[in-house]
Amino acid sequence: MAADPATLINWGLLALEPPGWGGVLLGGLLNSIKIAVGGYALGLVLGTGGAFGKLYGGPVLKDLLEVYTTLVRAIPELVLILLLYYAGTDLLNQLMAAMGYGPVDISGLAAGIFVIGVVQGAYSTEVLRGAIKAVPAGQIEAARAYGMSPVQIMRRITLPAMLPHAIPGLSNLWLIATKDTALLAVVGFSELTLVTRQAAGSTKAYLLFFCAAGALYLALTLVSNVIIRIIETRARRGMAAPA
Amino acid sequence: MTDRAEAIAVENLHKRFGPLEVLKGVSLTAREGDVIAVIGGSGSGKSTFLRCINMLELPSAGSVTIHGEQIAMKKDGRGGLMPADRKQVQRIRSRLGMVFQNFNLWQHMTILQNVIEAPVHVLGIGKAEATERAETILRRVGLFEKRDAYPAFLSGGQQQRAAIARALAVQPHVMLFDEPTSALDPELVGEVLTVIGDLAKEKRTMILVTHEMKFARNVANHIVFLANGVIEEQGPPEEIFGAPKSERLKKFISSIH
Repeated sequence: MAADPATLINWGLLALEPPGWGGVLLGGLLNSIKIAVGGYALGLVLGTGGAFGKLYGGPVLKDLLEVYTTLVRAIPELVLILLLYYAGTDLLNQLMAAMGYGPVDISGLAAGIFVIGVVQGAYSTEVLRGAIKAVPAGQIEAARAYGMSPVQIMRRITLPAMLPHAIPGLSNLWLIATKDTALLAVVGFSELTLVTRQAAGSTKAYLLFFCAAGALYLALTLVSNVIIRIIETRARRGMAAPA
Repeated sequence: MTDRAEAIAVENLHKRFGPLEVLKGVSLTAREGDVIAVIGGSGSGKSTFLRCINMLELPSAGSVTIHGEQIAMKKDGRGGLMPADRKQVQRIRSRLGMVFQNFNLWQHMTILQNVIEAPVHVLGIGKAEATERAETILRRVGLFEKRDAYPAFLSGGQQQRAAIARALAVQPHVMLFDEPTSALDPELVGEVLTVIGDLAKEKRTMILVTHEMKFARNVANHIVFLANGVIEEQGPPEEIFGAPKSERLKKFISSIH
């Protein structure tokens, strides 16, 4: 007996309202986006500090940052997430206990952002360091010659001037951040991958739900690409078109 | 000549790069309205000398006084000097208009933004006023139409004229030109020299490091010939080019003609 395509795929399972799982999936996507945005932003802050520290910091700071970027980039992200999540929570609770407070419950969202941020920070440090080095020395020299302070030079010249060199690398990192959120499923955070597994598990419609999750990740990437292109066009406005 | 105020006084300037001593005690005074051309072969230390005036290079010994204010220096612990007060250096730099060999316009800003950047963000002039002044200056260097273009889309000559506009915008006490035409295609040199020549006619104080001997002879009132890190000979252009005394200068002048 040939299977009826209409019953092979039960589209009703994707309905937004229960018993459909569509709403749950979108909620998971929203959580994934929150973690990705938060983690990416934290990563950029860490990366900017890390890059300037590596380029202009003292020997001790440089060494510490080298340890940070090497370790984080050497250890598989899954291991890092498990390590930072469980060990981090444990450490925080021990600290709280030592200071005489009870254990705290760390929100999955905050922990997720922290973990993704620390991982992203290591990669952004290297992307931004390379981009800053690509800024012609004369640009900085002119800024010094006109009496700008180091902070002004960073804000007005170095950061905007390095942006076109950084955007390809930073775009990659953003797309990686959106997908790294899936790793947080292992610590029980309800992001897209975890809720997809729950939906698939309880309905046995594995193909449908994992394809749906894939489509959502793809949609996120496509929307990101549009935004990245707008940012890149703006950042490269001062650059002559490649011959 | 001596009644004019001192704009720049450099005393016994030394500069070492490791074991190499590039400047071996150079002293020079520029008075208001002076146009001083510094000439010399490559490696004579002329660019280094200019860059020591605004501390882009830190001198190993000696002093720099600008408008009567000496830049306070302290020992850097490695046998050289460093500014004792960074703020003082920033303040003094903000009124020295520097023009570089490679223009060094800020690539992410339009020409107008380049010109108002230092007036607005360093000197604290209001944006509207700075823009108005910048437009006057850009008109004068013939770049008003290009004010919203980015530097990369301009020719070398236009970029250098924009860089001169940027220097003029800070109402500089002294303008410093570091080989302003050396990176230009030959056919673009003229337009830049015309602009600099006009500034010289206005009696703007300027120190000009250049390879353009004919130009130096025409616009400068004082020529300094640097060789091997010392001032080998200096004087009015007629003497330097017409009746050079030292063997080195004679050789240098004959080599470029």
